[in-house]
Amino acid sequence: MSTYNQSRSRVIQIVFVIVFIVIIGQLINLQIFSSKYRIMADNNAIFRKVIYPDRGIIFDRKHRAILENEVMFDLMVIPAETKGIDKIAFCELLDIDTVEYRKRITTAIIKNTSVKSSVFEALLSPEMYAKLNENIYKFPGFMLQERSIRSYPYNTAAAILGYIGEVDTAFLRRNKEAGYEMGDYTGLNGLERTYEKVLMGTRGIKRFIRDNRGRLQGSFEKGMFDTAAVAGRNLYTSIDIEVQQLAEKLLQNKIGSAVAINPKTGSVIAMATSPSYNPNTLTGSERRRNFGRMLLDTARPLLNRAIKGQYPPGSTFKPLGGLVALDENLITPAYGFPCYGAYTYCGRPVKCTHAGGGHADNLRKAIAYSCNSYFVHVFRMAVDNPAFGNPQQGYLKWKEYMNTFGMGVQLGIDLPGEVKASIPEISRYNKDFGGPRWNSCNILTLGIGQDRMTATPLQLANLMCIIANKGYYYTPHIVDSLENETIEDTAYLTKYRSKHQVTHIPDTIYQTIQEGMHDVTIYGTAASLKVPGHEFCAKTGTAQNPHGKNHAVFTAFAPKENPKIAVAVVVENSGYGGTWAGPVATLLMEKYLNDTLTIESEKRVESFSKIDLIPAAIKKWYFRKDSLRAVREREKEKEMEQKADEIEVDTAANVKTTFDPEAEPNKKENDKNNNAATVEKSPVILNNNDKKKKKDTVQP
Amino acid sequence: MSHQYNSMRASQKPDFLIIWLYAVLVAIGIFCIFMVEYKPETNVLQTFLSGNTNYSKQLFFAGICIVVATFIMLADSKLFTVFANLFYAFGILLMLVTFVLGKNINGSKSWIPLGGGFNLQPAELCKIFVALALAKFLSRQETEFTKLKSQLIGAAIALTPAILSIAQQETGLALVYSSFFIVMYREGLPSTILIIGLSVAVLVVATLLLEPNTLAIILTGIAILIIFILHKQIKRKKQILTIVIALWAVCVGIQRFAVPYFFNNVLKCYQSTRIYSMVGKDYDCSQNKYAISTPSKPVRKPDDYNVRQSKIAIGSGGFMGKGFLKGTQTRGKYVPEQHTDFIFTSLGEAFGFVGSFIFLLLYLLLLFRIVRVAERQRSTFSRVYAYSVASILFFHITVNICMTIGLFPIIGIPLPLISYGGSSLLTFTVLIFILLKLDTDRQVALR
Repeated sequence: MSTYNQSRSRVIQIVFVIVFIVIIGQLINLQIFSSKYRIMADNNAIFRKVIYPDRGIIFDRKHRAILENEVMFDLMVIPAETKGIDKIAFCELLDIDTVEYRKRITTAIIKNTSVKSSVFEALLSPEMYAKLNENIYKFPGFMLQERSIRSYPYNTAAAILGYIGEVDTAFLRRNKEAGYEMGDYTGLNGLERTYEKVLMGTRGIKRFIRDNRGRLQGSFEKGMFDTAAVAGRNLYTSIDIEVQQLAEKLLQNKIGSAVAINPKTGSVIAMATSPSYNPNTLTGSERRRNFGRMLLDTARPLLNRAIKGQYPPGSTFKPLGGLVALDENLITPAYGFPCYGAYTYCGRPVKCTHAGGGHADNLRKAIAYSCNSYFVHVFRMAVDNPAFGNPQQGYLKWKEYMNTFGMGVQLGIDLPGEVKASIPEISRYNKDFGGPRWNSCNILTLGIGQDRMTATPLQLANLMCIIANKGYYYTPHIVDSLENETIEDTAYLTKYRSKHQVTHIPDTIYQTIQEGMHDVTIYGTAASLKVPGHEFCAKTGTAQNPHGKNHAVFTAFAPKENPKIAVAVVVENSGYGGTWAGPVATLLMEKYLNDTLTIESEKRVESFSKIDLIPAAIKKWYFRKDSLRAVREREKEKEMEQKADEIEVDTAANVKTTFDPEAEPNKKENDKNNNAATVEKSPVILNNNDKKKKKDTVQP
Repeated sequence: MSHQYNSMRASQKPDFLIIWLYAVLVAIGIFCIFMVEYKPETNVLQTFLSGNTNYSKQLFFAGICIVVATFIMLADSKLFTVFANLFYAFGILLMLVTFVLGKNINGSKSWIPLGGGFNLQPAELCKIFVALALAKFLSRQETEFTKLKSQLIGAAIALTPAILSIAQQETGLALVYSSFFIVMYREGLPSTILIIGLSVAVLVVATLLLEPNTLAIILTGIAILIIFILHKQIKRKKQILTIVIALWAVCVGIQRFAVPYFFNNVLKCYQSTRIYSMVGKDYDCSQNKYAISTPSKPVRKPDDYNVRQSKIAIGSGGFMGKGFLKGTQTRGKYVPEQHTDFIFTSLGEAFGFVGSFIFLLLYLLLLFRIVRVAERQRSTFSRVYAYSVASILFFHITVNICMTIGLFPIIGIPLPLISYGGSSLLTFTVLIFILLKLDTDRQVALR
């Protein structure tokens, strides 16, 4: 037997061992020294799903929910599982055709592969949901998925509450640390934006095992590493939703704004801007279209005029002019000025509505009669105060006063985008007059709230708070408290809980100003306005402006003793403050103080809300837009029906005007006849309802 | 053939260690396939019995294997020696028949359909027949394995099925037949042949890894070094210098011309790509003859998805593994062919280094045991056969595991006793149990 090669058996065994050592060496390398494979495996297989908590609810003063969450349903589809369903029946149910069905399925496959679920139809209407829910079992591969959307049960306060929208790349770049991902929603405006961190809650993370085709296979490690979602916290606001609704109703068919504040706390009771929109149009599936239309609307419904509108305060500024002079000890309440119908000391006279009769014999009377001469003079006294050497320094001091009153600075309300309006800088006048060569005469109309001075309605309301409080204010704010407030929340609310003392005038002197404003409501410019059961103080303003008709401005607070509400109202291009803005303010005060309106007041609300004060230029813009659409639709119809009939083209539709209503909204006088027709055609311009409009315009 | 059955030297007891190792490995195999196929929502017992899943099928195959093994143990040892050549002829015939009846599975036409969803791969069975035929040939009294002629006949026995396999596009199985050189080495094949073979292998790998010029410089450097070391001998014998220079020329020739020619003209594009990707390089398919001849196919980037996922699965197992049924790569089906060729990944992922190490020790123990059994045989036939079994097992294990851990290009050969597949399991069962049967008759001189 040949066993002479026995030594080779050893060799073979050694070869076996060497090869196994090599294999084990590589295993050590892979399994013990390379940590990257663990990470790669996790990247492969672990799917991180973000669980979105419900956003916080926003409540009004009486704890009524004014912004809450509503559950809607999306129809989802997994294309791979839909084989063999009754397509015709399904399409009938959804009211689509089979071409559309195939298109949607194809889109779903392209977007999300055929084994994963994609949205077939988003945000079903309640009827559709009911229909589908009954029949969904017949259509495998289709399912209904819950989805939470924001809902505004009162259809109101759009500008305050704001809206949410998908984050964009710029937002993601700005908020890298906040953990947002593409497709997430965030508050884009209003309280939704300011209190985003409070409302959004804490997102949870669930980990799933995912297979090689991206399908989920179950939870990872039985949910050991999952974090729970914590619902967003609720906001308690000071808004009184009924007052808010009333304000919005009164401002219907007008452009303007109304702000009501509780002077004792600075809490905003109502903040209306007009034109406005139904906030529910910016949720759900129609959001993009509605948003686009509103963005292009020349009346700018997305603009919150209460904090972004800049209006010359006009006569409503006068009490403030008096306060400055009083605080600087330039005048006493007894100071009088002989006015004979105009202020003539600076060349071109400044007219006054009253002449003689001692209507400016003292501060109280001057306020009650709104004497221009008196306040121009008082303003000049302040600027020319010898204590400051020259008018520039005097003006600087005056401007400083204005800023402490909240004029020309951002008040810091908890809404994004507040403007500071304008108390002009010295440099501005230096530029106008070629250096510091100007004096109080050059800028005298500042004393009556004109010139380059502008203020937001919020600032005007805040001024009323200062006068009502006799010298102090709290920063206006909408949110009073947060649910489960913590230390970190001080960043939000501390600044609204500190008092701003702005003047050091004794209460008795304030009394004079208040009396003057009270007189306004007794025999002055607002004598016709009443708040049943309450004495109130007011100041009207009729602000001239370069854009056309005067702005009606009205500021007031009530009751006279122990004030509970301060209001500022601006109605653009309407006329007298007492006529067009005053009723809004008094009705709001009545509603707030009495909780109801008297029958007469109700009637007034109805009639006032119907009054149309929209500048004609804006109406014209709507008219053109609608008529163009009408023409387009008619042409479409014509093509469709292949009719050779002669078509009478609306002549109005063919009027080609080149002017821009934004730039010169007052170019209306020339074509009044046309406008009459316009008004009839679309009386309600702001509640754009596409369907309705289509019907209107299609009819000959 | 006039051997007397000696009743004094009755059959020994079978080698129970091998039987135990065999059983454990088959069990581990079914267990691994179960891990791959497992779905949390299914009733395990029910699916095991239903026969719809691969692990229940494997269990069924294992049952068949027990029957076959029993038959083998009950058969007479002489059966194998007597019919060895006939078996071999039958095997070759089957492989030839495959060319006619063959069914295309996964791109290789090497299966004969048997009906009922079962297919037979003759190349797989031929391993047994080659082992028997080689044993038969080497145990012939007249065979002198030191002679070149015998060596050539031995090589021919081993390589004929390999060539047929290559013709059937089943390169992986063809390579297995090279493992018979280990047997022949044991039986006296000059070690120089193996050394030359090894050197060529090293040279080819080096060619793949290094820049052509760098390698040429290194080779020249080695040649000069050898000449420098041997300069005293060279002074005495000028022939040595000639041999060294000739060797250098051959090496550079292989590196420069032979290897590129082989990859571009002999291997297909995907094969070259796999080999290149193993050493971490991209193969430019545009130089490949096959790729050029079929220009319609776009030249694809090397696809190392399988190896990558396989390495991720094993590597992510870590030291202790992720635990039974907790492998994310396995549950997510990220590793292709995980129940067959890449079965080792499921084990490596679930039980980590510790599990893999123990598993490899089982294999090593089996191999050593077979070598030990081989060395205690009195007859050359049994010894050669035993070494054949060891070599085939060794080759399969090495290539398969090296493939999953990225040390060897992907060729589809199964992991013995573990991978899913009836043909494979049956082949290894027959291989091992013939050995066990022969071992029981180790006192008998079989021929």
